[in-house]
This record gives sequence, structure tokens and C-alpha cells, in this order.
Amino acid sequence: MTGYIVRRLLLAIPVMLGIVFVVFALVRLIPGDPCRAALGERATDEICEPYLERRGLNEPIPVQFVYYLRELLHGDLGDSYRQGRPITQLLVERLPVTLQLSLFALLFAVAVGIPLGIVSANWHNSGVDVATMIVANIGVSMPVFWLGLMLQYLFAILLKDTPLRLPPSGALQPGIIIPPLYQTYGWHVSGAGKTILDFLSNMHALNALLSHNSKGLGDALRHLILPAVALGTIPMAIIARMTRSSLLEVLGLDYIRTARSKGLAEWAVIMRHGLRNAMLPVVTIIGLQFGILLAGAVLTETIFNLSGVGRALYEAITARDYRVVEGFTLVIAVLFVAVNLIVDLSYAYLDPRVRLQ
Amino acid sequence: MTTDHAIPPAEVAVFDEAFQRRPSSLWRDAFRHLFRKRSAIVGMVMLGLLVFVALFHTVLATHDPNIPMLDVPAEVAAGVKKRTPPCIHLLGCPEDQPQHILGTDGNLRDFYSRMVYGAQWSLIIGFTTVGFAIVLGTLGGAVAGYAGGWVDNLIMRVMDVILAFPSLILAIAIVTVLGPGLINALLAIGFVSIPVYARIVRASVLSVKEAEYVTADRALGVSYSRILFHRILPNALTPLIVAGTLGIATAILDAAALSFLGLGAQPPMAEWGSMLGAERNQVFTSPHLVFFPGIAIMLTVLSFNLLGDGLRDALDPRLNQ
Repeated sequence: MTGYIVRRLLLAIPVMLGIVFVVFALVRLIPGDPCRAALGERATDEICEPYLERRGLNEPIPVQFVYYLRELLHGDLGDSYRQGRPITQLLVERLPVTLQLSLFALLFAVAVGIPLGIVSANWHNSGVDVATMIVANIGVSMPVFWLGLMLQYLFAILLKDTPLRLPPSGALQPGIIIPPLYQTYGWHVSGAGKTILDFLSNMHALNALLSHNSKGLGDALRHLILPAVALGTIPMAIIARMTRSSLLEVLGLDYIRTARSKGLAEWAVIMRHGLRNAMLPVVTIIGLQFGILLAGAVLTETIFNLSGVGRALYEAITARDYRVVEGFTLVIAVLFVAVNLIVDLSYAYLDPRVRLQ
Repeated sequence: MTTDHAIPPAEVAVFDEAFQRRPSSLWRDAFRHLFRKRSAIVGMVMLGLLVFVALFHTVLATHDPNIPMLDVPAEVAAGVKKRTPPCIHLLGCPEDQPQHILGTDGNLRDFYSRMVYGAQWSLIIGFTTVGFAIVLGTLGGAVAGYAGGWVDNLIMRVMDVILAFPSLILAIAIVTVLGPGLINALLAIGFVSIPVYARIVRASVLSVKEAEYVTADRALGVSYSRILFHRILPNALTPLIVAGTLGIATAILDAAALSFLGLGAQPPMAEWGSMLGAERNQVFTSPHLVFFPGIAIMLTVLSFNLLGDGLRDALDPRLNQ
């Protein structure tokens, strides 16, 4: 197993380098230098020249790439042109929002997708199965942004006067403030500790939970439902289809017949003997959904007014803040590769055959 | 060449019968299986409808999709208001109101006509991006598989890097560089889907590269391009068709997302994604302007998904047994 892990980690290095190079190259391909691209008509030589000089942007491209790599290795993603703040600081504010949203979306996808898959495999070719597969097919075909807008309309307008009413946008109701963890508990922290606590505190639901703020927790969760459902629908449909086909395959095997013939209850056959063996491909698929979630976050966060990485990326594009585009694209891609790596490794852990190939 | 033993007439008759029977080709089989699958038929019917609308958009549209009602003769424009909900006289809409089957949009344009004009764009977007990706992917995959060694390694590592990005995120980054616009969005979406097809073609090149009939061709001095197009690529055709059909569905979704964000098709083009993006802040007051383009995108994507799934089942010989 150790050998396999080392081999997979080594294989990931060139891919990571490739990603860094692509992101670096993309931003350098933008016509004009970053200063003039960002400022447009307002750019003058007096403003731009010292800036470019200071940043080393007048150097040849290969030299710039080396500088860029060196900065990255120091954990420095550069500064936002617009906000004049380090991008890492923006990440501490924005990434938790996206992670929390993605986790809830994944939770919804798994909690709904797997039962749907089981039901439809168990009653194969019945009306329930057909209905489930229709739902799954529609689910994968739906534009995320459209679903988000429709959910907003349904829960904020049509169901306005019912208890089902849900807030259509934002992360918290105005007036509800969940103070950072170190404030709640009166801790004195600085440096890395503060960064980590800030990061955790920006996941509102987690923060409210840890500071026993039930009102804040309720509000944060209510705000999360619609975006999480919108973002989680495509993964839900994919997971349902995968669970169904994987379980169908397993239920046709000899040992299942043996289990049935020795008189086991049907649910025990399906849950204990069937599902456990059918879960392997499903687990892989669940891991791979993370990329869809990150991409979908750009759209979902824009619609639901959540200040996560996705919306920050969108805002940076419209504001032509290329350094932020560069940094956030890089972070998203690296996260995606890291999750895929973890999926690969867990797959190898669960299925010894993978290691030996 | 002469034969020493004459073939008995009875056997000749058997041979004759065997040759006269209709040959059962891969495609005939595939079509038979495709038409037996209900979901694939539904997909084909929906797709047929879409093609019909796309072809006859000028006949089906009741108004010009791009001209606001302010610029048309007064008797046509009379009583037209911004973002009116659908009004169909047959369904009880008062006769004194102008008929707009799907209402009007924020620029006083007939929304139904814009929807009709949008059908062609979704098809054009789907086919051009996937066509572009298949051509480049086939080229890359064929070269990689055929050349082997460092060329193969280089090409496939580049493909790995492209696949390492979530596709929509990379497409967004590319459009940021190229600048917003439909053509650039199509280029970006086409580019990010190249690796899928490159991998398929490379795999089938590797699987037949050492086969006897290819070695025989090489011994006979057949040119590389002929071997590639007549011997190797036919093997890759069925997986390419399946991946391409499903790829069209993804491409339409991604293009709609880019247009929605304002990075793809630009107004006033009647493209569903950008129509949705333009009116998205009106979802609470005029939901029909968001509902219809979204439904149209969803049905289009669904039809390609159903057809792609059906084709996969029909073209996979292992499943047909």
C-alpha cells in the first residue's frame, strides 16, 4: 500500500506542475500587461511602469515563471489588483463558504441518491424504477443556474405564506451575526491559529454549532437548503444511476442467490450482502462529483448571493482582476486533483486488486 | 486456381442461401436495438422536434426575435407592455390584448419567437464544439497511439493536465483570456473536451496497431494515412459516436452556463442561456422569462442524453447477446 501511495503521489507532481503552468500561461496570454488590462483606459505609463518593475513583470516570461513558482512554494498567491489584499486572505474568507455549500450539496446528493438507487434496483423494471430513472435523467440534464432560480421562485414567492418558505439568497438573515469562534470564547490568538479559526468561523453553520448559537444555526441552515439542493441535484442523479446499476449487477451474482436460499430476510440480503459490495464504484463516483460541485459553485453562488470562491471568481472576471482569476482557478484545480487523488487511494485501500495492477 | 473436388450441388445451395440472406451489419443491428429501447425513442422524437423547430424557425416565429415592438408599425405594437405574461387568445386571454404565446421580454420582444430562434443555436453549439473536439482529439490520439514513446507521453500528459481542471472552470478561464463572445466560448468548451476523444482514439489505435491485418498493410507498403483512416479509425467509430452524443449534451449545458454568466453569446442574440441570464433578476416578477429558456435547454440536453445512453447500449456488442 505504501508503495502505491508513493507512486500515485509522484505521478501527481507533473500534473500539478502542468496545472500551474497552464494557469500561469493563460493569464500571460491576455493581450497587454496586467496593469493595462486591469485599468483599461485609465492606465498610464506613470502608474504602470513602476508597478510592473516592482512586480518583476518586465522580466522575460521564463524568469517570471520561476518567480511565480517561488512565490507559490512560499504559499503566496499574490495580491488582488482591485482590493490590494493578498489572495490567500481572500481565500480564507471565501473558500469556507464554498466548502460548506459543497459539503451540504454532497450530503443531499448522497442522502437522496443512494436510497433512490437502492429502491429502483430492488424493484427493477417496476413503475418506481422507471419513475426514478426519469427523475435521474432529468436531473443530469438540468442547468444548475435554472434550477437555482426556479427553487428561489418556488420557495420565496409561491410558498411565501406557508411554513415552507425559505430565504432565496444570502448566507444569513440581516441582523443575525455569528461572531468568530475566538471572540465567542474570548481566546487570544494570532498568526496561523487565527487564520485557521477564521477559516472555520466562516463556515457559518459549523461556527454556530461550535458556539452553541441555535438561532444562528437554524438561520444558516435555512439559507443553505436551496443552494445545496440546486448544486446537489446533478450529483444526486448520477449517484442514483450508479447505485442502481452497480447494485443490479451484484444482485445477479451467485452468492446473493446463496444468501437468499439460506432464508435471509430480503432487506438483509440487499443491505448487508448486496449494497456493501455494490458501494465501491459508487464511492468513486461520489468523490468525482467534487469537480462538478466546484464548477457548479460558480453558478450557484452567483445566483444565491453567497460570497464563496465561485462568486469571487466570477466577480474577478467581470472586474478583470486577473491575479484573482489566476489564484482561484489554481486553487480550484489543485483541490480537484487532490480530491481525485484521495478517491484513487481510498479505492486502492478498499479494493486490493487496484494496488497490484 | 483449380479445385480437385467438385462441390456437391446441395452444399452450393446452402452457400447460395447464406449469401442471399440480408447481411446483418453492425449498424443495422444497432438501429434495431436502438428502436427497441423506449427511452432512446423518446430522445429521438424530442431531438426530431428540436431539429424541426431549428429548420423552420422563420416559419414558426410570429414576430422578429430581435426588433423591439417600439420599432414596428403602431397597430402591431399597440398595447404591448414589457415582460407581460403569456397571452393566448384561444385559452381565454382577452381579445383586446395582443397575443404573445410566451409573453414579452424586458425589451418588448416576442418571447416565443426568440425561443424558436434559439433552437438552432443550441444545435449549432452542440455540434460545432463536439465536432471540433473530435477532430482535434482524433488527431492527437491517433498520433499519440501510433507514434508511441515520448510523443505519446507528451501528448497524453498534456491531456491529463486539461482533464485535471473541472471543465467549466477551465472553459471560464479560457474565455476570460480570449474575451467574451459565442465563438470564444465554443472554442473554450471544444478545447476542454478534446482529451475525452483523444483517449478513446488512442486506446483503439493501441488495440489494433499490432493486429495482423495492419501488419499486412504495412508490409504491402500502404500509406500511414490510409492505414489510419481505413483500418484503425473504423474501430474507434462506435465509442466516438457514443461519447460524442453524450458530449453534445454536456457542451450545450456548459455553453448555456457561459452565456448565462455573460461570457458566451451576447445580447441581442436569441440564445437560451443568454436570454435566461439577461432576465434572471426578474425571476420573482416575470418567472416565465426564466422558466421557458431553462426548460428548453433541459429538454435539448435530455434528448441527447437519452439518445447517447441508447446508442451506448445498442452499439456495445457485449450487451446485445
